[in-house]
Amino acid sequence: MQITCRINKREFIRDIEPDLLLIDFVRSLGFKSVKRGCDTSNCGLCTVWVDEKPVLSCSVLAARVNHKAVTTLEGLEEEAKEVGWFLATQGAEQCGFCSPGLIMNILAMKAEFKNPTTEDIKQYLAGNLCRCSGYESQLRAIKNYFDLQGVAHENC
Amino acid sequence: MFGLKEYRAVQSLDEAHELLMQSRDNVILGGLLWMKMGRKQYHTGIDLSGLGLNMISETEDSIDIGCMTPLRQMETSPLLHQWFGPLFSDAFKGIVGVQFRNLATLGGSVYSRFGFSDVITALTALDTQIHLYQAGTVSLSEFLNMDQKRDILIKAVIRKQAVKTNFQTRRKSATDFPVLSVAVSLCNGQWKIAVGARPSRAALAKKAADLLSSEPDEEKITATLDSVVNELSFGTDQRAGSDYRKVLAKVLVKRGINAICR
Repeated sequence: MQITCRINKREFIRDIEPDLLLIDFVRSLGFKSVKRGCDTSNCGLCTVWVDEKPVLSCSVLAARVNHKAVTTLEGLEEEAKEVGWFLATQGAEQCGFCSPGLIMNILAMKAEFKNPTTEDIKQYLAGNLCRCSGYESQLRAIKNYFDLQGVAHENC
Repeated sequence: MFGLKEYRAVQSLDEAHELLMQSRDNVILGGLLWMKMGRKQYHTGIDLSGLGLNMISETEDSIDIGCMTPLRQMETSPLLHQWFGPLFSDAFKGIVGVQFRNLATLGGSVYSRFGFSDVITALTALDTQIHLYQAGTVSLSEFLNMDQKRDILIKAVIRKQAVKTNFQTRRKSATDFPVLSVAVSLCNGQWKIAVGARPSRAALAKKAADLLSSEPDEEKITATLDSVVNELSFGTDQRAGSDYRKVLAKVLVKRGINAICR
């Protein structure tokens, strides 16, 4: 079957198998930031946005993104770099394997919350697992990131 | 890994039902979260996404939730919050993560009749009906107990009532399956106590609820808690034993009642 979709604002028309999963589709097109961590819809590593909403690409049929917009980390380079910097300064980047999915979900959270509380952050990111850290350094980094966003909002 | 030979985005429920009945290897696609972890090789995956069934709407006396509505949409819905308080946001926040809940659908969650379903537990504490393509309209409890014939779950219809609700759950870790879940509601002096993940699917403790008045005293609450564990069956699985679940049920139901009475 043939699908047409936009990935990171670029149009792709491809013939695909009916049971191809979105994660394998985007990786086949070179978007290798999207990774398979658990294969049980639990780890959040494969997070992409479909029509601006964060989803697990390991659990979406590629056929279902026909005529939709998909965003991967490669499409958010500047924003991702900024979040990555905050993570690195708090020592939250260890092996880095989970970072693309985490950053995609942090940026999705930013679209929903202007000033998320600690509880909001914990709940929103509960589906992003990290095997290296105890999440404390990530939480510090995310709070710092949102604090700075708050300052930026006030200065607008 | 599961497989699909064909994928069909249908244009109508009639088309979906016709396809579903053509072969036992044809299947309605929900959020795909469970299906993709299985090994079954299906023939045709039937996608209802294009039928506008991903909406929460209001009629004069009900809130209607289409089968393709994602759980995340339910938990953030101002309409659901207005009528049923934080029931759905509290019930769903422990289901894996936001990305998962942007995919998991109401229809997939209810139709699968999973014992651990927080969705079913929450809906059981409300006056909920299920609309099916072939079987028509049935109450949620009827649906959960009827023979599992192949059908299409179109929507859930919840009666609009002035209802107070509370959801309690115990999990081994924040986003694990529940060891037990409890939804309690109070509407016009009538309590409902739904207990799910026993580990069997949610059921109402009707006799226990009937023991409660609008403002029950400690003695009535204690009698109710005893009745809950006598009335419902509690089993053992890898998460917990039946005895532990009974103790837990008393604690969670009590918390739910107290939260509503406060």
